[in-house]
Amino acid sequence: MEFSVMLGQLAEGMVQSICIFALTLIFSLPLGLLVSFGRMSKNRIVSTIFRIYISIMRGTPLMLQLLVVFYGPFYLFGANIGGMYRFIAIILGFSLNYAAYFAEIYRSGIESMPRGQYEAAKVLGYNGRQTFMKIILPQVIKRILPSVTNEVITLVKDTSLAFALAYMEMFTIAKQIAAANTTFVPFIVAGVFYYVFNLLVAVVMEGIEKKLNYYH
Amino acid sequence: MSLLEMKHINKKFDNLEVIKDISVSVKEGEILSIIGPSGSGKSTLLRCATMLEEIDGGEICYMGERAAWMEGKKACHPGKEAMKRIQEYFGLVFQSFNLFPHYSVMKNLTDAPINIQKRNKDEVYKEARELLKKMGLEDKEDAYPCQLSGGQCQRVAIARALALNPKILFFDEPTSALDPELTGEVLKVIRSLADLDITMVIVTHEMAFAREISDRVIFMDKGVVELEGTPDEVFTSGHGRMQEFLGKFNQR
Repeated sequence: MEFSVMLGQLAEGMVQSICIFALTLIFSLPLGLLVSFGRMSKNRIVSTIFRIYISIMRGTPLMLQLLVVFYGPFYLFGANIGGMYRFIAIILGFSLNYAAYFAEIYRSGIESMPRGQYEAAKVLGYNGRQTFMKIILPQVIKRILPSVTNEVITLVKDTSLAFALAYMEMFTIAKQIAAANTTFVPFIVAGVFYYVFNLLVAVVMEGIEKKLNYYH
Repeated sequence: MSLLEMKHINKKFDNLEVIKDISVSVKEGEILSIIGPSGSGKSTLLRCATMLEEIDGGEICYMGERAAWMEGKKACHPGKEAMKRIQEYFGLVFQSFNLFPHYSVMKNLTDAPINIQKRNKDEVYKEARELLKKMGLEDKEDAYPCQLSGGQCQRVAIARALALNPKILFFDEPTSALDPELTGEVLKVIRSLADLDITMVIVTHEMAFAREISDRVIFMDKGVVELEGTPDEVFTSGHGRMQEFLGKFNQR
């Protein structure tokens, strides 16, 4: 197999990997915030439900979760899991899993905020929503950025787990090419791809951190 | 009519009674200082007045409007609209400033008037600049709190409270986090407010300052008002606990 053909096929996989990466972030970052609210709820039942949710998501392998999300509807309800569902299951599985991790990161940030910030906002007339959106959340984002960077870097590498559902992303394709042509090269290309992608992630996140460095 | 009327206030933390049946009223234009040893309930009383703590007994009125009262064992407040109006009657300056670190000095002052009170932007900015000038901070409007000294931070916090045009300003040990030099500059600013006829309630450990600035002084100990009167009456009284407290201060 010619190198350029191989590269072309892998490039198609890269686009899919980036898709999984981007969509997972788009869904899991806000979802994680909601989960963290649930986890911190004063209602014991609600907080227990979210505590269990987070515990399961963090306590079982993501690969297993992907399989459950994909095959579950068929085994449970005999639902049709063909067509687009493979992709939907991947995004759903990744988002649900990462939301749990992000929720705990949000919680650590929110709970580390000094009470004085809430009190000052209350006395100045901010309501609960305004206090959170204008005063608390911006400061929380700055505080949790290093932990979020960690998760995002892990996500880049975790996209390769989509191979468990035989989804045609980068790693699945690399494996196929390697097996069909008895060559080691696609793995090296894949490795370089993930590494460069993460280098980019690190640079971008560092840039955001720097931008928020105008106060402490 | 009293601007602030606190009647028979009780406050407990778990089973510890911090405030025992205290009644205080503040007239418009009056400057009231609350002094007393740590743990006597001074700050808690202020936090009850500003509704950062729920009362366990009694009633709080601003301008004759009920802000908090008891129904059974629960503290109640009026509806959203009334509460918002009442909230605008008072401002609070904290011991630890509690400025918003991610906002510039200017934004700390203007965000609430513009986005909460929905006042005219240009007008708010103009007023904020005047306030900063009064605080001697006219060159700091673009600075962030982390770039300022403690004294400057507290002056920004005072300006931030004033920017909402409160009728009454509470100070919760405004200089306790500052060294003597910075304390001086903050006290100077508070003194200058006295000249503007702003109603103030000041919880402080600065005895000389309290004596000089106040119209009335309250001495609290163990959750009760032990002594109340003009500064001269309180500071020269023969009251045993007050003498003991003052004696400790003079020994320093």
